[in-house]
Amino acid sequence: MTAVSQQTSSLQTRQVEQARAEQRKRNTTNALLQTGKYIALLALAFTWAFPLFWTVSSALKDDSQIYTVPPVWIPNPAHWNNFIDGWTRYDFNRAAFNSIFLYSLPVTVFTLISSTLVAYGFSRIKWRWREQLFWVCIATMMLPWQVTMVPLFITYRYLGWINTYLPLVVPSLFGTAYFIFLLRQFFLTIPDELSDAARIDGASEIGILWRVIVPLSTPVLAVVALFRFLWSWNDYLGPLIYLNQEKLYPIALGIERLRRTATGMGTSALAYPHLMAVSTLVAMPIIIIFFVAQRTFVEGISTTGLKG
Amino acid sequence: MALAAAKPRADMSKQERRNLLVGLLFVSPWILGFLLFAIFPLITSLYYSMTNFDFIRDPQFIGLKNYERLFTNDPDFYTVLYNTFYYIVFAVPLGVAVAFLIANLLNGKVFGRSTFRGLIYVPAIMPAMCTAIVWLFLLNVQYGAINGVLKSMGWATIPFLSSPALAKPSLIIIYIWLQGAAVTIFLAALQDVPRSLYEAAELDGADSWKKFRNITIPICTPVILFNLIMGFITAFQEFTVPWMLTQGGPMKSTELYAVSLYRNGFIQLSMGKASAMAWILFLIIMAFSFVLFRTSARWVYYGGEK
Repeated sequence: MTAVSQQTSSLQTRQVEQARAEQRKRNTTNALLQTGKYIALLALAFTWAFPLFWTVSSALKDDSQIYTVPPVWIPNPAHWNNFIDGWTRYDFNRAAFNSIFLYSLPVTVFTLISSTLVAYGFSRIKWRWREQLFWVCIATMMLPWQVTMVPLFITYRYLGWINTYLPLVVPSLFGTAYFIFLLRQFFLTIPDELSDAARIDGASEIGILWRVIVPLSTPVLAVVALFRFLWSWNDYLGPLIYLNQEKLYPIALGIERLRRTATGMGTSALAYPHLMAVSTLVAMPIIIIFFVAQRTFVEGISTTGLKG
Repeated sequence: MALAAAKPRADMSKQERRNLLVGLLFVSPWILGFLLFAIFPLITSLYYSMTNFDFIRDPQFIGLKNYERLFTNDPDFYTVLYNTFYYIVFAVPLGVAVAFLIANLLNGKVFGRSTFRGLIYVPAIMPAMCTAIVWLFLLNVQYGAINGVLKSMGWATIPFLSSPALAKPSLIIIYIWLQGAAVTIFLAALQDVPRSLYEAAELDGADSWKKFRNITIPICTPVILFNLIMGFITAFQEFTVPWMLTQGGPMKSTELYAVSLYRNGFIQLSMGKASAMAWILFLIIMAFSFVLFRTSARWVYYGGEK
């Protein structure tokens, strides 16, 4: 009897010990995994941050610091005036004015209005063929811009729209499939009762959209505005095709022009520092907006991938 | 729904007819835009692809000659196709894999998580123009940061952008650097993986790798598919970075499809040839997406909904 119980108890202790050893082993593997994870993350962060760091660092150098081997990491003295000199070496004030007031701002406002109206029609009113038409709308996102680029160029040329911002701005009056999709997904989450109540009170559909739906949708409207502004601020190909008068150049074409003149023969003094300084200045507003509105951005991107 | 659509209009009640009218009114900007900026150019581009057109003379109809010439009599076209497929076959899956790994590293309790996420997303929202300028200097043979370090250690420099063999891999590295949006999408997807699955697996004694392999990956397959398709579509249309970085060189090694299309259409003004190229690209993208969708049934997990 005692022998048996002794045996069991020794078996139990052995089991407990085994479990403890396993736990210890698991703890060490876990600790190792955690360390490995942070090492990997630090390596990644370094890889991602390095080009950004290099941009700012190069923006603060003069030519002798640019052409030094090994590279100068933190320039001393730092040439802060590169930011002003680079910006004025080409007329970036005018380019920024064009980018903002002739392109990004109108396109953003028009996209907000048109895409909201269309998304409302695709989500808050029930009508025949709505879903079918919506799928056609989604399918247009698959259409590569190259296919429509040539005939649209020919048409705009015929209309006399080359060297105006019309080819870049007018299409935004007709809604953009991607934003229609984003807005519709959001509008669908708003309870129907709210619209019905307003309808009983005699509100028109436009009234419901303006007084019920829009106030509830400010986060997604912010996403649309942010992304649309970003796209046009960053756009290079559109202006490249449609604008060839220098006084119309937006920032992207301005940088290209600066690059060509600054790195050209004979004038290459301070080419890279100035280019880097201007790149920093152009990317800065976008990065600041991103960190201020990080949550909004993240929500905007996440919904794209998950729903639908 | 299909049945309802097939019914004649007379069956609609007054309310239904009103809704149809109001609904159509709201979406009418898009319908108009669809006709003007999708259907109309799609049809005319098919027509232009069968013409000789350079803006000097009127378009001349030549049937399928443009297509025929591209495939049989154009020394560059196959190079461009090769470059594009090389770029896509490596860049897109690598981009998705790296984004997925980063998202997994950032998932859960991680010190400084939102800073990491922000840092990885910043390149994705930088103007492509700035990206190109930054990398142009970073990869410079003589004064770039990487070669500067190699040189100072007395090692051989790497001609990232001036050697035909390395120019495409350099573009692929830049593409991966720009995957911030994919990381964010994956992170959101990872947050939706039910905790209970991991807990159950832990009770069964599964280690981290098994959990990753048998839970995380299967649940994320729909998002992997989404990122793959979006990746393919955007990579096929990549223009600004290769154009600014290398203008298609050295020795046409980075002449990607969109770059070549732009060159043919807007520099050489062969609008007919450019339209034919655009249609071939369109068909390739359709075929790619179709194949991905069809094979996806085998590896994508749809949470038992369907």
